[in-house]
Amino acid sequence: MNLAATIDHHGDPSTATGIPNKKLLFWAFLASDCMFFGTLISTHLVYRLHPPPGNPVPTQIFNIELTSFSTFILLMSSLMMALAVNAIQRGNVRSMRSSLLVTITFGLIFLGCQVFEFNDFVFEKHVTITNSIFGSTFFTLTGTHGTHVAVGVLWLTLMYIRSFKPASATGGGWVGRAVVHLLFFAVAAVLAMYATLGFVHAALASGVNGTMVAAYLSRYGPAAAGAFLAVWVLRLLGAEHGPVDFSARNADDVESMGLYWHFVDIVWIVIFTAVYLLEYVFPAGPVR
Amino acid sequence: MADALVKPEFIGGGYPPGAKPFLFFRRPTARTGLTAWLTTVDHKKIGLMYGMFALSFFLLGGIEALVIRTQLIVPNNHLISAHFYSELFTMHGTTMIFLAVMPLNSAFFNLLVPLQIGARDVAFPRLNAFSLWVFVAGAVILNVGWFIKAGAPAAGWFGYAPLTSRTFTPDISADLWTVGLQVLGLSSIVGSLNFITTIINLRAPGMTMMRLPVFTWMALITSFLLILALPSIAIALIEVIFDRHFGTNFFEVSNGGQPILWQHLFWIFGHPEVYILILPAMGYISEILPTFSGKPLFGYPIIVFSGALIGFIGFGVWSHHMFTTGMGTVATSAFALATMAIAVPTGVKIFNWIGTLWGGQLRLRTPMMFALGFLWLFMMGGFSGIMHSAAPADSQQHNSYFVVAHFHYVLIGGATFGLFAAMHYWFPKFFGRLVDEFWGKVSFWTIFVGFNATFFPMHFLGLNGMPRRTWTYDSNMGWNSANFIATMGAYLLGVGVLIYVLTLIWSYCKGRIAGPDPWDARTLEWSIPSPPPVYNFAAIPTVHARDAWWHEKHHPEETAREHTAHIHEESEHGGIHMPDQSWYPLISAGSLLVAGLFFAVSNYPAAIGAVVVMIAAIYLWSLEGPGGYYVRP
Repeated sequence: MNLAATIDHHGDPSTATGIPNKKLLFWAFLASDCMFFGTLISTHLVYRLHPPPGNPVPTQIFNIELTSFSTFILLMSSLMMALAVNAIQRGNVRSMRSSLLVTITFGLIFLGCQVFEFNDFVFEKHVTITNSIFGSTFFTLTGTHGTHVAVGVLWLTLMYIRSFKPASATGGGWVGRAVVHLLFFAVAAVLAMYATLGFVHAALASGVNGTMVAAYLSRYGPAAAGAFLAVWVLRLLGAEHGPVDFSARNADDVESMGLYWHFVDIVWIVIFTAVYLLEYVFPAGPVR
Repeated sequence: MADALVKPEFIGGGYPPGAKPFLFFRRPTARTGLTAWLTTVDHKKIGLMYGMFALSFFLLGGIEALVIRTQLIVPNNHLISAHFYSELFTMHGTTMIFLAVMPLNSAFFNLLVPLQIGARDVAFPRLNAFSLWVFVAGAVILNVGWFIKAGAPAAGWFGYAPLTSRTFTPDISADLWTVGLQVLGLSSIVGSLNFITTIINLRAPGMTMMRLPVFTWMALITSFLLILALPSIAIALIEVIFDRHFGTNFFEVSNGGQPILWQHLFWIFGHPEVYILILPAMGYISEILPTFSGKPLFGYPIIVFSGALIGFIGFGVWSHHMFTTGMGTVATSAFALATMAIAVPTGVKIFNWIGTLWGGQLRLRTPMMFALGFLWLFMMGGFSGIMHSAAPADSQQHNSYFVVAHFHYVLIGGATFGLFAAMHYWFPKFFGRLVDEFWGKVSFWTIFVGFNATFFPMHFLGLNGMPRRTWTYDSNMGWNSANFIATMGAYLLGVGVLIYVLTLIWSYCKGRIAGPDPWDARTLEWSIPSPPPVYNFAAIPTVHARDAWWHEKHHPEETAREHTAHIHEESEHGGIHMPDQSWYPLISAGSLLVAGLFFAVSNYPAAIGAVVVMIAAIYLWSLEGPGGYYVRP
């Protein structure tokens, strides 16, 4: 049965404007969120224009290659999100799921890069949220953005799990399985991030060689194995069990989530430009 | 193919009747009793609860004000301690703005907007219940300080940095204030998103934007102001919270922080907030004046566009609260000019209201008297506002009782008189009984005289140099008699409010039965029975004119024909679809309350635990789906 031909995804005849309610609510929410980020970015820039003596020099602590990489990954996740929305509008649940999984993975890679960056700043460069005004504004701003990404990843995961709800659900059995599914997602994400970051730190410390790999495996081996095991369980949990209660009718839900995800990406483009790149454009410090 | 075209919201969820899914809580079905109120998704019940909570806080804030005035009745008074005085003026301002006037306006948004646009509920009924319970959570967090050793917040209603820092407020009263306001902001943003969607998307056929009742227009503009202004204070509060809890330096001068930033961020919210408080009142007045003048509103499009213009310019005038901070001549002149400019659309509205009265068949019932009181007193507050826009004059009046006089003329004479008029006017619609006219008029005159006796002398006190927020004053300053008159006026005002509230209570029990349209009004809410049935409209109206109900009254045959056709069509599709009640809004808001309180006392693991419960409740809420049942009137 091809639902795609029968549904107009850009209109809802039951509303006065033809825009679906959920989508309209989300557009309004994003307008509000613009002001949240606008205030945070302004705070950061105001304090960059009036730095107190002893403030860290950002270009000396930024790892611009890493941030450029994570920016690229986040932008690519937007592409995958768009593909997921497109898939569910055509009623193709399986294709939507794989696009969502890649979006989730890219989001997690971005978060991993941020964890690495924060670690690096705090423990190597000694810039903390408390010891300078730059640290206060930088960590609050990028941390708020990271929280938005994390909320987005959680939402994507919950939507992914929701797409397995059986068409004939009547009891709590499905909810139980969904909770297990979510737990394994969390376990897989945390272990994989922990093992990967461990590898990166070890490689940065002593280069990739035999002793380093052996030392890595003895310390991070269980975590890496656990991550693989969790991903394998996720594959099992993601197996088809007959018809599901998820179809082109849920396209508005996925699209609202997509609006949020794209918005968070756009905000990152602004942050990357204003917080990171501008420091290289005016390396001598703020122009007064 | 057929099932793809039927949206789940309109076919009562994805399950057959009788096989409702069990997700920890069965969907409540009680129509009366406590469960019905706690789990309701009906905009009218939610509106009434908003109103009841807000009125209680209005009386509490009034008692706080009376204690303040009693302290100031004679010079060198030591009735209460200086710290308790600080707590009182802080909580009086915070309570009146965030817990009385804003939720009272929310109450009317809830009660009236769906009825005025010909809808059966708001776009997201459970989200609406969530806004209500989150508001209650924020109110509890703000007021819990009265009952603990740390005391209530005492840094003033705009909590200037660094007064709220750990250095100057080591106890948790500042945490309760910041967390409480943050929670209230969430409630307002969620509620506003809901109303924006409702007003844009749920209008009845024929209800174009330029046929919306002016109150609904003002609700829409206010909602946009809320979602765009609140983020600024939310981030400012987060910065204070981080300073206090995690040692950041946003307002920590010793590490390069600049307290002036708080003033900017606060007033970028704070000035639009003024219009958030007054625009709904302009909406009530624009409904009441035409009804009691027997005329359509004069210059409807101008009034609507003036409201929108006030909303726009309102974002560009915040620094007129900061003329004395030394911003430089360019910034000061720019903000002074913008402030003068915003008086133009406001003045335009006043002239349009006068145009509405002009040549009308005036009926001086109590709501009309409060509306005329609004017109006069709001104009007085506007005049002193214009005086403030002149920066040199403002630097003389800054932080004096002149400012206190100005904003009480705007917020009591304006916003509160508008609300008094609205409560009196729409009371018969929601309780089915008329408010007693004689005692209504007695309350009007008592409030009017009491109000002016309280606040008019304050202009002179301010010009004579009495600073606001002063605990006591010396007897040779020349402020004695004006303060005495102001306090006596405040008592009279208190008596007036008491008469007003008692009259409402008496009328609720014994008032004359009102019928659907006691005022011969013009908008759609008067076309349905009083109190309205749960589904509001037996037949969704088709709107042909700006004053939709006025038009229906003059075209009875056409209206009857349309209603019959509509009821027939809807009956074919199973009847009127109503949303199911739900426990989850209450549970998620309750978890937020627990999280906020634990966060304020720095118990982070417990706070995170409560947030996890909240997220789980929200997920179950989304799995539960809108549900629904059918009624046939």
